[in-house]
Parts: sequence; C-alpha cells; structure tokens
Amino acid sequence: MTTILESNIAANKKKVSPQKNRRDFLILATGALGAVGVGSFIYPLIKSMNPARDVLAASTIEINLKPVAEGQAITVLWRGKPLFIRRRTEKEIQTARSVPLKDLLDPQTDQDRFKTHPQWLVVVGVCTHLGCVPLGQKPTDNKGEYGGWLCPCHGSEYDISGRVRRGPAPRNLEVPPYTFLNDTTIRVG
Amino acid sequence: MNKKTIHKPTTSFKGLIGWIDERLPFFSFIKKELGEYPTPLNLNYLWNFGSLAGITLVIMIVTGIFLAMHYTPQVDMAFDSVEHIMREVNYGWLIRYIHMNGASMFFIVVYIHIFRGLFYGSYKSPRELLWILGVVILLLMMATAFMGYVLPWGQMSYWGATVITNLFSAIPFVGDSIVTWLWGGFSVDNPTLNRFFALHYLFPFLIIAVVGLHLIALHTFGSNNPLGIERTKPEESIPFHPYYTVKDLFGLGIFLLIWSGFIFFAPNFFGEPDNYIPANPLVTPPHIVPEWYFLPFYAILRSVPDKLGGVILMFGSIFILFIVPWLDKHPVRSGRFRPFFKLFYVLLLLTCFTLVWVGSQQPEGWPLFIGRVATFYYFFHFLVVLPGLSKFECSLPLPVSLLDIETGKKEKHS
Repeated sequence: MTTILESNIAANKKKVSPQKNRRDFLILATGALGAVGVGSFIYPLIKSMNPARDVLAASTIEINLKPVAEGQAITVLWRGKPLFIRRRTEKEIQTARSVPLKDLLDPQTDQDRFKTHPQWLVVVGVCTHLGCVPLGQKPTDNKGEYGGWLCPCHGSEYDISGRVRRGPAPRNLEVPPYTFLNDTTIRVG
Repeated sequence: MNKKTIHKPTTSFKGLIGWIDERLPFFSFIKKELGEYPTPLNLNYLWNFGSLAGITLVIMIVTGIFLAMHYTPQVDMAFDSVEHIMREVNYGWLIRYIHMNGASMFFIVVYIHIFRGLFYGSYKSPRELLWILGVVILLLMMATAFMGYVLPWGQMSYWGATVITNLFSAIPFVGDSIVTWLWGGFSVDNPTLNRFFALHYLFPFLIIAVVGLHLIALHTFGSNNPLGIERTKPEESIPFHPYYTVKDLFGLGIFLLIWSGFIFFAPNFFGEPDNYIPANPLVTPPHIVPEWYFLPFYAILRSVPDKLGGVILMFGSIFILFIVPWLDKHPVRSGRFRPFFKLFYVLLLLTCFTLVWVGSQQPEGWPLFIGRVATFYYFFHFLVVLPGLSKFECSLPLPVSLLDIETGKKEKHS
C-alpha cells in the first residue's frame, strides 16, 4: 500500500513540476500588478505635497528704483523670499572688482553679478547655507568683515558683490532672472 | 472527556471579569505584564525615567488634542489663535504652558533615560533591538517637537523651520526638489504650516506604536539592573506591583512638582522671547537659536565649515547611536565595574553639556573652537574609545548575584 501511495506522489510530482513554472509566473505577475497598484496610489499622495497651482502662479514683479539713493539698499518680497536691491557707490564697485578670483569660495567676477548697470546689485536675500536672511540691508547692521552681508544664523559673510567669503555657505547669493524695463524700473522673474 | 478539556477555563479570574478574560485575555495581560512582571530588586531611581517618559507622552497627547480644538493652522491666524488660547479660552494659558514646557520636560526625561542606558550597558545583548527602537523614538520625538514649535508662527518658529528644512538642500542632486516638496512652495509658507500641523498631530501616535514595541522588547528579557548581571534565582526579582508602581508614582510626584514649578512660576524659562514676535519672512532675528534640546546637534552642525559635512555629522551624531551595541562589545554590561569606561563616560557627559552651551553661542572665536573639539570627542568616544575599551579594559570583579550584594550591604550597615 505504501508503495502505491509513494508511486502516486511521485507521479503527482512529475505532473506538477511543469505547472510549477506557470504558477510561479502567476504569483510574480500578481505581485507585480499589486506593486504597480500600490505605487500608483502612493504617487499622487507624495505629489500632493509639491507646490500647488496657486503657489506656482507666483508671478513676476516690477520694482521702481527711482527713490533709491546711492549707497542705499531696499528689500522686496518676491516668491515669499526677500530680494536685496542695492545701489552701490563707485567705491564699492571698485572694491568688488579688486578682489582676485582665487580669494573667493565660489569664484565669480563682479561683472557676472549684475546685468547692464554695475551700480545695481540684485540678489535673492537668502543665505545659501540654510536660508536665513543675512544682515546688512540697514546702515546700522553689522555687515561683517567684507562689508556686504553677514548671516546671523551660522556666521556666513558676503562681500559687496554678494559673493560668499567666509562661513559654511557653499555658494554666492543667487542672482534672480531680471531685466531693466527702463533706467529706473526692473522686472524680476 | 474531550468536551471537558475544550471548555476548561483558561483564566484564573472568576465572575464577569473571568467571562471577559476568557474571551479577551485583557486582565491576564495586565496581571502578567504590570502586576506580577518580575523586576530586579536593585533598580535605582534612574530606572524611573522610562515610565516618566511614557506619562509625559500621554500628557502631551491629551493637552495637544485640547489645544488643537482652538488652534488655526493658517499663516494669517496661527499666531493670533495661540494668543486667543492664552487670553480667551478657559484655562487656555494653562493647557498651552503645560504643552510648551512638557516638550522640554519630555526631552530632559528622555536624555536622562538614554544616558542611564549608556552607563549601565542597557543596550548590550540581548537588548539591542530595545535600544534601536529607543533611537527610533528619539528621532520621531525630535521631528514632532520641531513641527510643533513651528505652529505658533512666531519668528523663531518661522526661521527654525526655514533652517531645518534647508538642511535637506545639502543633499546632492535631489536636495532642492526635496526642500520644495517639504515646503509645498518656494519658501516656508502656508502649505508648510498646514502640513506641519497634520504631521504634528500624526507623529505622537507613531511614537505610541513604537513605544509599544519598545515595551514588548523590554518585557521579553526584562529590565537590566545597576549591576548589569543577569538574574538566575527567583529571589532576585520582585513583582512590579506594588513595589515599582509605588516607586514610579513617588518619582512622578517629584517630576510633576518640578514641571508645575516651570508652568506656574517660569513658564517662558525654556522659550525664546523672539517667538512672541509674529513671523516675518523679511527679517531673521539676530540671535536665532533652536530650542535647548536641539542645541548640541545644532552645535555639531555649525562646527563643520562645510554645509553637507555639517549636515552629515549632525545626523551622524544620532545615527551613530543605532550601532552602539556593536561598538561597545565589552563583556561586562554595567559601567559600575569598568573603571576606565567610567572616566570616558563622564567625559562624554561633559562633552554633551559643552555642546549645549556652544550651540547657544555665536559661531565664532572660542565657542567655535570648543565646539569643534567637543564634536571631535563625541565621535571619537563612540568610534574609538568604546571599541578600544572593549578590547583592552580589565573590569573589576563582578558580584555573583543581585542578592549577594544586597544582603552584603545590609550586613555591613546593621
């Protein structure tokens, strides 16, 4: 009796083995489809946290520069971040130009930092380290050793061209896309 | 006969409780894990801090839910709704101050809990997973506390959120997209506040779940003890109730007195005055500092002159805790019997206090230098000192059982 049973089992095994591959494929296909299903459920959940349409619609702004005197700086809110606009004096421009490139952490000439008017420096007022607003816009602020901006959060220092000179910040203050509409008006964005 | 064995009661309870317990063994569970749970008889007061942390978590959840009934997670109303809680809501000031100081209390208790474990080798085999779950809880706690601090939308809230989310921008290639995703925009703004509120509500319940696992892992092998040796005889254990329930309650009394002291007499002691200024995206406060319980990590971040390096070391300072059970492989568990370990442990403790101080200072001059030394020692301790001691340190003779020392002590005193 046991021999019959054993032979039956052996026969079944033989029969089963070619089907096994097909069944394995079914399991794999089901699993893969399940993973795709779960993925297509998670994707919109993650995507929902990216900027919504009303945030993306943050448009361009136009700024009138006429009231800004030489040596003065103004701060404007643009896309939730401050924008530094500074009308530099001739002396400040000379200082910025006299810096050799090898002294810079993120080498960039002063000429690359403005569009057509060397006296106007327009940068995003966000420290490239961790996003604080550097001090230096007010005449009374501590501008740091390089006479530009000093970030109070982790001590990064920027020069009069907005280039990082010291501290943990890896890059120069970002120059946003902007154009001069006429001599006293710029459009940012 | 079969029928009888099938219907044999599985519970020792009688009456209604027995009826319930047979179907849902809740009472048996409580009796086994809270009543009879055999506990080493020599636990000192440092073992109170686990239960204190649990109770603090419950108080935070309860006060948090009641605060959420009055708080508005919207940039134009968040700050005012907190002031509304302070001035108009019945006992709103009390609930807010309990919650506010509770975060500090939670971290004090948990830091003591961690340093208890570090001294008595509570992370060593077979309690590695217990320890790892604890580090997971610590990470969840930090995330929760950070997001909670953002909600009042004061200056420190706003700039803390800006700085901490910007940490992720240090990641090469994908960093900026991750930050935009976290913000839901191009700066910390209403979408950020909104989601932080939702997640600040969610995370404590994740913490509860991990605490559950933490306790299951703990109860599998039972508590470690100040001598760090295993129990071999039943006389070395006492039931948890009433001996340690009473001791925990006593500790809780003292703890609540201290907590109440802060709530009623110095509610803003741990806080930053700048957070009473509504958030202003155009002005960073000149002395921006995180909450005190983040200061050591903040100090590590700032002592590295490189952005990515600082972020890696800061996260590394916590992630290194995950592998402590494998860095310290010394066979003796308790620091009490390890003379050199003890010295370095005190040094680590001093290092951490130093880092707290450095974190509160401006990152220049002496504090910066001291911060660098302390950061170096922090990692040196875990990566070099602990493995080194595991190899070379000779320990003092260990007691044979918990009982020997205890009876020995008693004989000496009498």
